[in-house]
Amino acid sequence: MELWDLTIRFFSMADANVRYVIFGSMLLGGAAGGLGTFAFLQRRSLVGDTVAHAALPGVAIAFLLTGEKNLLIILSGALFTSWIGVVLVNYIISRSKLKLDTALGIVLSVFFGIGIVLLSIIQKSGSGSQSGLDKFLFGQAAAISKNDVILLAIVGTALLAIMTSLYPKFKIIVFDPLFASASGLKTNFLQFLLSTLIVISVIIGLQAVGVVLMAALLFTPAAAARQWTDNLSKMIMLASVFGAASGILGAYISFLAPKFPTGPWIVIVVSFIFVTSILFAPKRGVISKMRLHLNNQRKTNREHILKALYKSGQKLNDWSKTYSISEIANFWSFAESKLKYGIRQLTRQGMMESINGRYKLTDIGISEGARVLRLHRLWELYLSKYLELPEDHLHRDAEDMEHIITPEIEARLVKLLDNPQYDPHNQEIPYTDGKVKS
Amino acid sequence: MEAPIEVHDLTVAYRKKPVLWNIDFELPESKIIGLIGPNGAGKSTLIKAIMGLLPTVSGFVKIYGKPIKDARKRVAYVPQRESVDWDFPTSAFDVVLMGRYGNLSLFQRPTKADKEIAYESLKKVGMEEYADRQISQLSGGQQQRIFLARSLTQNADVYLMDEPFVGVDASTEKAIISLLKELKDRGKTVVVVHHDLHTVREYFDWVLLLNMRLVKIGPTKEIFTDENLKLTYGGKLNLLSEMAEKVGEHR
Repeated sequence: MELWDLTIRFFSMADANVRYVIFGSMLLGGAAGGLGTFAFLQRRSLVGDTVAHAALPGVAIAFLLTGEKNLLIILSGALFTSWIGVVLVNYIISRSKLKLDTALGIVLSVFFGIGIVLLSIIQKSGSGSQSGLDKFLFGQAAAISKNDVILLAIVGTALLAIMTSLYPKFKIIVFDPLFASASGLKTNFLQFLLSTLIVISVIIGLQAVGVVLMAALLFTPAAAARQWTDNLSKMIMLASVFGAASGILGAYISFLAPKFPTGPWIVIVVSFIFVTSILFAPKRGVISKMRLHLNNQRKTNREHILKALYKSGQKLNDWSKTYSISEIANFWSFAESKLKYGIRQLTRQGMMESINGRYKLTDIGISEGARVLRLHRLWELYLSKYLELPEDHLHRDAEDMEHIITPEIEARLVKLLDNPQYDPHNQEIPYTDGKVKS
Repeated sequence: MEAPIEVHDLTVAYRKKPVLWNIDFELPESKIIGLIGPNGAGKSTLIKAIMGLLPTVSGFVKIYGKPIKDARKRVAYVPQRESVDWDFPTSAFDVVLMGRYGNLSLFQRPTKADKEIAYESLKKVGMEEYADRQISQLSGGQQQRIFLARSLTQNADVYLMDEPFVGVDASTEKAIISLLKELKDRGKTVVVVHHDLHTVREYFDWVLLLNMRLVKIGPTKEIFTDENLKLTYGGKLNLLSEMAEKVGEHR
């Protein structure tokens, strides 16, 4: 099978050219992902876009001046016009009333426009198609040669080395630049250095990803990594890995289909990683939030059943009486399916037991039911005492709060209300021992 | 002896529009000083200007007789809580440890001693249990305590705090105040930007009433009077702010 053969050829890296492409894509993806984390946290996404787009005229000018396609020269040209672009943005902000995003937008489009014009001139002059400069628009990882990889390796390693050794300083100037300056750090210098590193990481990616989409490789890995961790150094590492993986996979896909530019593929891969992270990450992920919500609903359901049975037991002062499903359903207008599910869970947790198809609370279930009722009544008392709500406004709110009051808050409520014995409806508040006589 | 803070004829402008005019005062040592004035009076600006974080139009600031750039280690700054992104991926302990970074050379990492100091400071604000907690999971009061702990790691002589009581619970407010008193007892000078006029008499030894210009400064008992408050919050400054607009357009 052809696809399989190509895959083997790509990942075995037997072919030297493939090796260059893989290492090159990995390095530039890793550098962009890692440094992009800082830019992401500074919320400077449009800056990355502007830097990348403003590089295009530099690419064209470098080629026009030298007439050859030496990556070092071309990227130097790119760096130069990007830098002018950034200086211009700062100048516009300081000299006019325009906001940052407006200034960025202006510089981005003007520079990109100039770049396109220059590219067309080169194209018309005939040398354009051989030059392959148009590849800088959407990127062509396959164009990475041996010399290019050496350049990428040197620059990429230098970027990562500087970033690692200055990591604590970068962290503080991104988190709290005012405090950093106040405590004597050279914030302006550090910020300049960090921005320069970010710009260079954008520039070295231009060949493989292209000016149009490079910013996505800068920010999307960081946005995905944020989903998985609350620790900055882990986030940087993860973003680097995501960036590197996107680079390699993008290069692989373009290896299979050489006619396609690489940039879009890399962006598709990195976006896939991002979407996966948004959905599946623990804690922050959409699915884990949905599951948490579902678990809370089920817990609420279970606690309502416990409370209903507890109240009945207390009223009859009979804790051995068993109830049928429909009897329990009548206590609190439970939907039958929910009720059955709740009872099944409670039985498994040892809070209820079934005797000949009828149900009763176990001792643990009784004290758990007492706890829920206690929280309910404590909250009602708190509301009526401190918010001075009338009696008929209390129940609905307590019905929600009883499920989320933590033991600490309970202790505070008890203390605040001075060990209350009765709720506002003059019903006894059941304390730990459970079986309160009514 | 030199004053902990001397501000001499200080004028500060934002985008060429003056926000502080000819501010001139000296603060005494070992006092808790409330910096009080209406919104837009330039309270935060004054703090930042003292810290050398803003360009000044004229005048100078001295900390124990020295310009701020030579006295940074003697001053600790507590910015407004809202000035940072609390969703930043870091722990409470790491934020406190940042207070030590000013002492480190460019490539140096915090040492074990730095970490011990940070932990001690966390303890002082009663937050040691939360050391590893992600900062977004802290309450407003806890976040403020973290900022305070960070300033304590700096072992400074002068503390400048921008609205440390905003958005904190009553127990945190009490804890902060007792911490400030402890600093004062150790001979430190504490300047606090403050909003709640009800607690001024209780909290501060001195007050500095500010509204673009220095209205009054001195011991709370003498200075914090209805008359002076009217001067600070009243509408008599329209002319000054109108002139500020004009200056902004003119330059």
